[in-house]
Amino acid sequence: MIAETALAALWLAAALSLLQLLFGIAALRPGGSDVAPAMRPVAVAQAALVGLAFLLLIQLFLRTDLSVALVAANSHSAKPWLYKFAGAWGNHEGSMLLWVTVLAGAGAAVALFERRLPERTLIATLAAQAAIGLGFYAFLLFASNPFDRLFPAPAEGNGLNPLLQDPGLAFHPPTLYFGYVGISIAFSFAVGALVTRDVGPAFARAMRPWVLGAWIFLTLGITAGSYWAYYELGWGGWWFWDPVENASLMPWLAATALLHSVTVLATRDGLRAWTVMLAVVAFSMSMIGTFLVRSGILTSVHSFAVDPQRGAFILVLLVLYIGGALALFGLRVGTVREGSTFEPVSREGALVVNNLLLSAILGIVMVGTLYPLLIEALSGEKLSVGPPYFNSVSGPLALLLVAVMAAGPLLRWRRDRIGAMARRLAVPLGLTALTLAALLVLFPAIGLLPLLGLVLAFGVGAASLAPLWKRNLRRTPLFVWGMVISHLGIAVSLAGMASEAAFTRETLVAAPIGETVSVGPYRVRFDGVEPLAGPNWSAIQARFTARRGDGSPFVLRPQARTFHSPPTETSEAAIATRLDGQLYTVIGKQDEKGRWQLRLWWKPFVTLIWLGGGLVALGGLLALLGRVRRRRAAREDEA
Amino acid sequence: MKSARLLAVALAAATASSSHAQSNAPAAPYAYAQLPDPRQEAEAKALMETLRCLVCQGQSIADSDADMAGDMRSLVRERIAAGERPEAIRAWLVERYGSWVSYKPPVEPVTWPLWAAPAVLLALGLWLARGRFRRKAR
Repeated sequence: MIAETALAALWLAAALSLLQLLFGIAALRPGGSDVAPAMRPVAVAQAALVGLAFLLLIQLFLRTDLSVALVAANSHSAKPWLYKFAGAWGNHEGSMLLWVTVLAGAGAAVALFERRLPERTLIATLAAQAAIGLGFYAFLLFASNPFDRLFPAPAEGNGLNPLLQDPGLAFHPPTLYFGYVGISIAFSFAVGALVTRDVGPAFARAMRPWVLGAWIFLTLGITAGSYWAYYELGWGGWWFWDPVENASLMPWLAATALLHSVTVLATRDGLRAWTVMLAVVAFSMSMIGTFLVRSGILTSVHSFAVDPQRGAFILVLLVLYIGGALALFGLRVGTVREGSTFEPVSREGALVVNNLLLSAILGIVMVGTLYPLLIEALSGEKLSVGPPYFNSVSGPLALLLVAVMAAGPLLRWRRDRIGAMARRLAVPLGLTALTLAALLVLFPAIGLLPLLGLVLAFGVGAASLAPLWKRNLRRTPLFVWGMVISHLGIAVSLAGMASEAAFTRETLVAAPIGETVSVGPYRVRFDGVEPLAGPNWSAIQARFTARRGDGSPFVLRPQARTFHSPPTETSEAAIATRLDGQLYTVIGKQDEKGRWQLRLWWKPFVTLIWLGGGLVALGGLLALLGRVRRRRAAREDEA
Repeated sequence: MKSARLLAVALAAATASSSHAQSNAPAAPYAYAQLPDPRQEAEAKALMETLRCLVCQGQSIADSDADMAGDMRSLVRERIAAGERPEAIRAWLVERYGSWVSYKPPVEPVTWPLWAAPAVLLALGLWLARGRFRRKAR
């Protein structure tokens, strides 16, 4: 009965989203209609129903109800509790249901909490959100039903891909989706504002907290996913320019640009059309990503199943929504009055450069990701576009962007002088020069990109704190703190990336038990191996004793696991985290001479990559709190 | 971002163990071992990071457990040790397996738009942004 109840809830939610759309259209018609007050409750009810369907799916997975086809195909009764729970979205249908749940939840959040937007624009926004929902409900119900029954029920399920059986599965997909799909609010706001021709600073101030919220989750989701891949894959890589990674990076780049342009619109009433365009682009990137991952065009751990019908379905939705929004933009952009124009040397001037560079990087990532697919579709020729392209082409632009980030916050709005800015930047510039000199002396063999990365990281790290200089720290607004911490986070992350690229030490050896090998500053003794059994796997566990100089020795226990269902081998790296980096160890196979393959890395300051990502998200959170607090204060003043 | 190569690793590792047991050929000597000369090893590593593991979707041979990736690593290291230039090894592999094997897209008519894209995008962006400043009221 659970599956049927859930399916009924899903159908009802779909019906309510249709109702929400129709109400919206009726309310916006000339002369209007009195259904407008029903919009908010309908949006909330729709989210509650799809949320119920999602909870029931989790319940089916927790009970391992094998009469449900999805559970039988993707779960197993012997799986640990956490992976039964998180396994609900570790498959195509479940992840699409999560997608739609977040979409409806975002709409409900707007209905519940948005009080600033003019009523007509809010109605148009909720109608747009319902229109997106409708298409994806149709996709779920007609092409990806999670609640299909299976008769007769099999005796046991097929199990979950062992690589997904990690606590990361409980955290990474929901977080990423909150951001990835949450950015739909910006899309709907833009469509709503275009419908009512109401693009201006008030609209920007209303949209900003929603963009911030989605962006925080997106940042966290990408950061968490990068760390998950890093420790799970067993080769120490943390970013691969893989199409699926790019699919999450593209909305982040667009949302980051939007975050900055919306500030220009809110503060200086400039970049009106551009900001609306970016809001449309950001969620369009999410939909393109969904298409890439869910259509089966790419084979990956994210895509679960290949079914051309589904790909065609999402492609139609994509064309409908992106095409529709762009057509509306084209029709209405003429009526969006041009906002203010700027002096080149000013805060808004720097923000335009920020947007220019972020958009260029976004364009490069998109071209690099889609070009091989296009060429294969047109000519059948298989091309690979990977790190050599992305690093060499977007790397320099990203470094330039980071340099601009150092100067931007120190510029005044409206008009500033280069000389004044240079004085404010004197200390960071001095530090940059010192770092450059020190690095060139200490590490003459360092590569160009890592060198520039490290130098910039120090300079920008110092510059990012400069806006706090000579300020009363206790009276500094929270959103200024947010900006400072986010920018500092970028510098910290950059330092980690550059340090990892420049200073990683690698040791790959076939070693007999008892041998001691060295990697970086560590001496690692291979003590031996022992068998080990887990709930649904067995493993060979190695024991390493590592020691740095005369420091106290410590033990690492990497595993080579063999999962029973489905039969799969994975390696579980053992990682020791120190203040100045990570010792990353992996045990491989045994060769014919009885020696074991050991893979050891010393990665100085690699943790800064994800620490920086966390700081960026924390800064976003502070900015969000600051904005909400100021808004509340403003409302109380009015009252 | 959780990487796409997880599934591929799983598949490759699953097939690898069975094929490994059957083949009596000696294992590739440099699949899991470094070259003694650090400069050569760095050169080999840089090349391996830009070569696709053909049996794993979206993964370089430098970070794959698949047998074929191991064989290719060994081949790259042996040829680097023999003094061959990295780009010559890449060319040899591309001739054998097609452009798919190299993550560095070749520069030829079919990829001109790809390589031109950054310049075109920047020029377009600059042109759009210039409009924002030029129209200022004096």
